[in-house]
Order: sequence, then C-alpha cells, then structure tokens
Amino acid sequence: METLQLIRKARSRKRRRYALLTLLLCLISFALCFLSLMLGNTIYPVQDVLRVLFGEEVKGASFAVGTIRLPRMVAGVFAGFAFGAGGYVFQTMLRNPLANPNVIGITTGSSAAAVFSILILHGSLMVTSIAAVIGGLVTVFVIYLLAKGSSFSIGRLILIGIGIQAMLNSVISYLLLIGNQHDLPAAMRWLSGSLNGLKMETLYPLLIIVILFTPILLVYGKHLEMMELGDQTATSLGVNVNKARIMLMLSSVLMIALATATTGPIAFVAFLSGPIANRIMGSGYSNIVPSGLVGVILVLAADLIGQHAFEARYPVGVITGILGAPYLLYLLVRLNRKGGL
Amino acid sequence: MKPAHVLKAENLYAGYEKKNVLQDVTITIPSNKISVIIGGNGCGKSTLLKTMARLIKPTSGQVLLDGKPLHQFPTKQLARVLGYLPQSPVVPEGITVADLVGRGRFPHHSFLKGWTAKDDEAISEAMEIMNISDLADCYLDELSGGQRQRVWIAMALAQQTDILFLDEPTTYLDITYQVEILDMLTDLNRKRGTTIVLVLHDINLSARYADYIFAFQKGKLVAEGTPSEVISSQLIKDVFGLDCTVIQDPVSLSPSIVPIGRHHNQLVKSW
Repeated sequence: METLQLIRKARSRKRRRYALLTLLLCLISFALCFLSLMLGNTIYPVQDVLRVLFGEEVKGASFAVGTIRLPRMVAGVFAGFAFGAGGYVFQTMLRNPLANPNVIGITTGSSAAAVFSILILHGSLMVTSIAAVIGGLVTVFVIYLLAKGSSFSIGRLILIGIGIQAMLNSVISYLLLIGNQHDLPAAMRWLSGSLNGLKMETLYPLLIIVILFTPILLVYGKHLEMMELGDQTATSLGVNVNKARIMLMLSSVLMIALATATTGPIAFVAFLSGPIANRIMGSGYSNIVPSGLVGVILVLAADLIGQHAFEARYPVGVITGILGAPYLLYLLVRLNRKGGL
Repeated sequence: MKPAHVLKAENLYAGYEKKNVLQDVTITIPSNKISVIIGGNGCGKSTLLKTMARLIKPTSGQVLLDGKPLHQFPTKQLARVLGYLPQSPVVPEGITVADLVGRGRFPHHSFLKGWTAKDDEAISEAMEIMNISDLADCYLDELSGGQRQRVWIAMALAQQTDILFLDEPTTYLDITYQVEILDMLTDLNRKRGTTIVLVLHDINLSARYADYIFAFQKGKLVAEGTPSEVISSQLIKDVFGLDCTVIQDPVSLSPSIVPIGRHHNQLVKSW
C-alpha cells in the first residue's frame, strides 16, 4: 500500500506542476500579445487596445491596432503554435532533435515552391500559399521514400533531409538570379520569414488548419508517448503505429506548411520550441501544447525585438535565426560526442 | 480464475522481406504455464514470438486467440490480453521509473476514459512484484542493466495481460540477475496464473524454469514437451550441433546439460 501512496502523490504533484507551468506559458503568451498590440509608432494604453478589440471606434487606435497590429499578432500566435507543436511532433516521433522541419528541409521545400510561384508563375497570394503547402508535403514525401529504403533509418532520414535542403536552397538561389527585379522583395519574404504587411483575410487558411488539426495532434499525442518506446513496444501496447505515424506526420506537416505559406519560414522556431518545452516541463509527457506555446512566445518576442530593439526594423526570422544557430551548433557538438545522429 | 485464453499458431510461415524464417509451424501455447522456446541463433525463436505477438504479419498460416485470427481484434483489446517485451526496447530520454511503468496502462485507456485509481493500483502492484518500489522517482538512464530490465518487465505487468511474451529477458544480465528475473516470473505465473512464453539462451535455466519447452531448428518446431521429455543429448546435437551429456540438476531435479568441446573430454571418453 505504501507504494500506492507514493505513486499517487508523485503523480498528482507532477500533474499540478504541468498545469501550473502550462498556465504560466499561456500568461506569458497573453502578455506578449498585448505588448505587440500596444507598441509601435504610437504607444496605446491597455484600455484603448481593449476597446478596439471589443469593437469600439477609437480615433487613431482603431486603424493602428485593429488593421495593422492585430493581424500581425494573430499571425505570430498561430504560426508560432504551428511551428512549435509541429516541430515537437517530428522531433519526438523520430527521437532526434535534429529531425525537424527546419533542418530536414520541409520549410525549405515550402519556400522554394513559394519563390517559384512568385518569380516564375507570378501567382497570386492564394496560388503562392497553395504552392508552399504542396512544396512542403512533396518534400516530406520524397525524404520519407528515400529514407525508407530496405529498412527505415532515422539517421539516414536526417542526412537525406539535409541533402535535399541544400539542393532546394540552390534552386532558390537560381530562381532569385533569373527572377524579375520587381518581384524580388515579395520573394525575399519567403526566405527569412516575416509578419509584415499581413491582412486578416490572408490568415484564415492558417487559422482553420491549426484549429482543425491541433485536436488530432492531441488525441495522437498519447500514441506518440508510446511510440517513444520503439515501434515494437508501442504495437504491443495497442498502438496502431503506422496509422498513428501517418496521422501525426500529416497533421504536423500541414500545420507547418500553412504557417510557412502565411509568414514564410520563421527560422528555427520549429527546431527550438520542442527542446525548450522539454527543458521547462520535463520529458516523460506529451509536451505538444507547451511546445506550441513556446513557439508563440518565441515568435512574438522575436518580433517585438526585431521591431523595437534596434534602429532599423528586422523581420522576425532574422532574430529567431540569430537565436537558433548557436543552439544548432551546440546540438551537433553534443550529439557528435554521444555518437548518435 | 478466469477461463484461460488459448493462443495457437496454425501452419505459420513468417519472416522478413519475403524470406520465410518460420517454416510451417503449428503450435499451441499451454495456458497458465511457463513455456520456453530454445534453439540456435537464427532458428526463428524471436520471429515466432514476434509473429504470435502480431508484430510481424505471417506470409501464410495464422495465429489464433480463442479461435479468432489476431488481426481481427481491435489493437487495444488485444493489448489487454497479450503483452510482449522486445529484446532491446528503446529508452526515452529523461523518463522516470514510475512514468515508464505507467505507460503499460495505455491499452486500458480510451478517448473518453482517462486515468483512474485502478491504474495507480496496477502500477504499484507491478512495481511491488518486481521489487522496484524504491526506484519510483529515479530516471531510467541512472539504473543498472538488471534494474532496468525489472522496470521493463514491470511495465509489461502493469499492462495486466493474461499472456506475456518476453524475448530474451535475461540476456546481458549477470547470473544473479538472471536467476532473480526468472524467479520473479515464476512468482507471477504461480500467483496470477499468467501464461508466460520466453526465449532463453541458457538451456539449463530453461530446463529448470520451464513447464514446457519448444525446440526450434531452422524455422521448424522439432520437439516439444516437458523439459525431461525434450532435453536429451540427441536433441541438443540436432538443434545446436553440440555434443553434450545430460545429467540431473541437483537443485531442481530437472535435466541439465554439460557441453563437450574438443578439449577436456578425457573423462567422457572413458565413460
């Protein structure tokens, strides 16, 4: 009976901790949301922001907050969540922090397709978005097929992904060279990721996909926990591994591809969020939601820094890139020492 | 005791990448008993275990649980009857013992039914049986091989299945831990009537702990029965290609083999 008490206590303690930390992440996200609505050329106080949000007409504030800053903030929230949660699912499913959409070239696939659409097809925003989604999905499919070979290997998947990414990057460079000068600014946005100039209407596809697919990720999050024990153990615990893997992959790739299509590939958010969330929450649970929240925090905080910290304004992707690159190096050195890729 | 489940395989062919390892195996697992599968490397022991635990799809033939093919059961329902512990399960980073054992409860949960008091009871019972209660909050990466193996078995116990398959649960453990693990599995079998099927390399420990032995050679079942019916110097010669002499284990009175190599065999010759 003593063991039972011990286990009960440990579990309720852990549950409380998990709930508290998740709440904390939510609060930080909320605070950042408000900050990004308040700050700008003119700083509006909280009450003005709230009045605008509740639909009141406030002189000056209605346009700046409602039309300019709100879509920027909403895009940051949903793209951040999509990158964070999707990246976490990839890293956990493939049991390697390097196995994430940024490193294995899925976001690069989306970017390449978007740049192609802008520079060669001169497609509308809609066409470009669809191209980005298809680019992401096709890249995953190709990497998966090549990695599958005679027996699936995660190390091979990562190396193939890095190779594909290099290839796609050279495609992007080529497209930029042959493209029309006028279209270049529009294309550049797909290379670093930015929340600039977004309108509410253009965000709906992303919102719908995130709202639809997050519940699927959550349901399969339990299965993901079991799959961490290896496919054989997961199967014997009653997980339909193939189905779960397809559902998880498809949901997270769709979310990431849509986010890329909306904001461009905000560098390293999908890569950083999962490990940061694991560090905060402790591993041993499905940290999908915390990872998503960390993604939100990263994107909003980086955007605030990029907008206000320096003389010039930098797109959000530049700031997250500066944060992410050292971590990638650290991880490579550490994994190399451990002998695992 | 609940009516025992009956697990059998009929004319089973199975293997990897179109190459059949198992050749026409028909086998019935004795209910509420400990069975051990023996045979040389690559004879299909593990393949049989995996196929009967639905990890490998048979190329022909079928595995039946209570007369119904395995693949017709919903995966979770099957996981409440049949547990399987692989030879080298993957250790997730930063997981505690209690959390890992708790994962054995997955098949008892559903979309609507979450964690209940029964889950805590199952976990603590499993941890008590495997004597790892005081390790509950330890991280798995900190444990010794023997402790780790007990944690994995506890996870399989928390699953509370009537049938439990273990693929070489004692490999890589020193002799003390080997005996300890096999003793604990025997406890489990005696207390709960759990049907246990093991793959073991050590023939003498197999003969001591098994109620029933299946001997495999090149994917075929060549002998089955109680240890004293099955173990003979002829069988060991057939299955392992090893000359040996069979004596009686003075502790358990089960048959025990003494291998004969190319050296040190003067005494045998003079017999």
